[in-house]
Amino acid sequence: MNIELFFQYIVAGITYGAIYSIVAIGFNIIYNTTGIINFAQGEFVMIGGMTAVTLHSFFPLPYAILLAVIITMIAGALIEIIFIRWLVNPSVLRMIIITIGISILLREAALYIWGEKVRGLPYFTGTSVSSLSIGGVHVSPQVLWVIGISAVIVVALNLFFSYTMPGRQMRACASNRDAARLCGVSASNMITLSFVLSAGIGALAGCVVSPITYVQYESGTGLAIKGFTVAILGGLGNSMAAVAAGLILGILESLSIWVMPTAYKDVISISILLLMLFVKPSGLFGSKEAASLKEF
Amino acid sequence: MGHQRYLQILGLISAVIAVQLFTYYTDTGHHLTQLTMSAYYSLVIIGLCLLIGYAGQISLGHAGFFAIGGYISAFLTTHNFLPYKDNYFISFLSKSGLLASREDLYGGQILIFHPWAACIAAVLFAVIVAYLIGGPVLKLKGHYLAMATLGFGIIVYKIVLGTEKFGAADGISDVPSFVLLPGVEITGKLPVRIMNYYVAWVIVIICMIILLNLINSRIGRALRSIHGAEDASNAMGVNTAKYKLNTFVLSAAFASVAGVFLTHYNGGIGPSEASVMKSVRYVAIVAVGGMANLWGALIMGVLLNFLSLRGYFGTYDDAVFGGILILIMLFAPEGLLRIDLFRSLKGMFLKISDSKEKT
Repeated sequence: MNIELFFQYIVAGITYGAIYSIVAIGFNIIYNTTGIINFAQGEFVMIGGMTAVTLHSFFPLPYAILLAVIITMIAGALIEIIFIRWLVNPSVLRMIIITIGISILLREAALYIWGEKVRGLPYFTGTSVSSLSIGGVHVSPQVLWVIGISAVIVVALNLFFSYTMPGRQMRACASNRDAARLCGVSASNMITLSFVLSAGIGALAGCVVSPITYVQYESGTGLAIKGFTVAILGGLGNSMAAVAAGLILGILESLSIWVMPTAYKDVISISILLLMLFVKPSGLFGSKEAASLKEF
Repeated sequence: MGHQRYLQILGLISAVIAVQLFTYYTDTGHHLTQLTMSAYYSLVIIGLCLLIGYAGQISLGHAGFFAIGGYISAFLTTHNFLPYKDNYFISFLSKSGLLASREDLYGGQILIFHPWAACIAAVLFAVIVAYLIGGPVLKLKGHYLAMATLGFGIIVYKIVLGTEKFGAADGISDVPSFVLLPGVEITGKLPVRIMNYYVAWVIVIICMIILLNLINSRIGRALRSIHGAEDASNAMGVNTAKYKLNTFVLSAAFASVAGVFLTHYNGGIGPSEASVMKSVRYVAIVAVGGMANLWGALIMGVLLNFLSLRGYFGTYDDAVFGGILILIMLFAPEGLLRIDLFRSLKGMFLKISDSKEKT
């Protein structure tokens, strides 16, 4: 085993792991406020990336990304208002099927608008061949962008949930919706806000990663599965654990290329998901006490 | 109550014959091909209906079982085992008559599995897989159950897509016809189209009789109690874990049987049969049929698959099924064919027959 190659794989793993973490955090935000898993989370990433690519032909890169994130946030709000807000005590099965339906419709709409072509934003700095050498390991500057922006998202979210009024209200809804309502928090607005927030960070993730992985109308599904795996691995609802779990999954997946053909890369991560669900559905970092309150 | 079931089956049989005669006299026999395929797809759907509607357990991975059935039977009936002729196991199978020799396209001799042997192996394998994953998967509820079954479906999809022996993205083609009995074979050849239509429907009718009897038995009542309140039915002495697992395995077996037959009928299978979209489509049809409504699932399964296979939805095929899912779940979670409508009609019918008996 070549030690340099090993580190190269580790870097690749961290890059993908960072993206998986962001998708997982998107799942967690909505799960915490509503108790539902939004199966359309991956589509937010796809729409963010695709919109940014289209807008980039009219605007410079930073504005294109900003606009794409805002458009995806509006789409997230509309989805919540049209499909979810007015349902009275929907069953879990019903919510699962509705969000799956939404993800199919978004994917088909993307196919209709953008076609089957694979697209990507240009590299934020440098080109696809430029690389920085860090201790003998060649790293594309875009990789640093991905890791950096993921870190900023995680820190910003933490600050938002700890110090701002809407952030605290969302946490209140997450821990006890009825009590939050009694204190004058509009729970339904908080749910809309959680869709806006997770659409926004999903879209940002889609923009940053698109120069490396490219986006296509159906790239959301794969990301959603990985994101969910990471969310489960860290413990559903726990955003900080999702970051650690994301990095673990990304690195495992990237190292799996050594023992198995690349075609089976996804098989590895989904097998990890299944194993985790069978053995410890509360997640790697989930506590037993918290798990006893949940329904697996 | 018991007779009603057989009246319904009688109705189905006459509808099947009527449709065939109709296509014969209006010279639209080409529709029978899609009706045959829809019949096989509805096998998956009625099995899934038992699992989702009656036992209350969602599965987003049934296309996986369909693909296991289809791919294994396709592989065993097309792969040449002649190079392994001297292998102890293969020569044992050959001597027991499970293997058959046949000429390939270029006139060379190849040694393949007899379709019956391949069929049994495929269904058996699907059942074993269902047993193995069903145990731990069915302990989960809600999102966790949905994601675990979805994950299983994706694993099957990625394996068939990434394996050279299974033809990777091209799938397996040139699957021979399946001779069920001397003179009765499952194949897409035109001269036997009418016979194949009846073969498919006979299989569907047999499966419907099995399922209808099952849901009206002690087992069916136990399943409905699990759907209603799992803890309560457990407390009443129903072994809920066993019932859920057996239902899961039965529905997986139905899906794999459908996979085997449809693969022989089409003469091949591709990875799209294992895709997530297929699994979601099956769930959509069960939902439209009204979840706990076998007849609704069968009618909607044939109707929607027929429309889709005839290409009425054009390039919007997936979008139509996504839209159906959302609309049904938003506005009519009980399904389009409201079970209440049937029940009230049934009530009316019973009242009339009651009053006749009294007089």
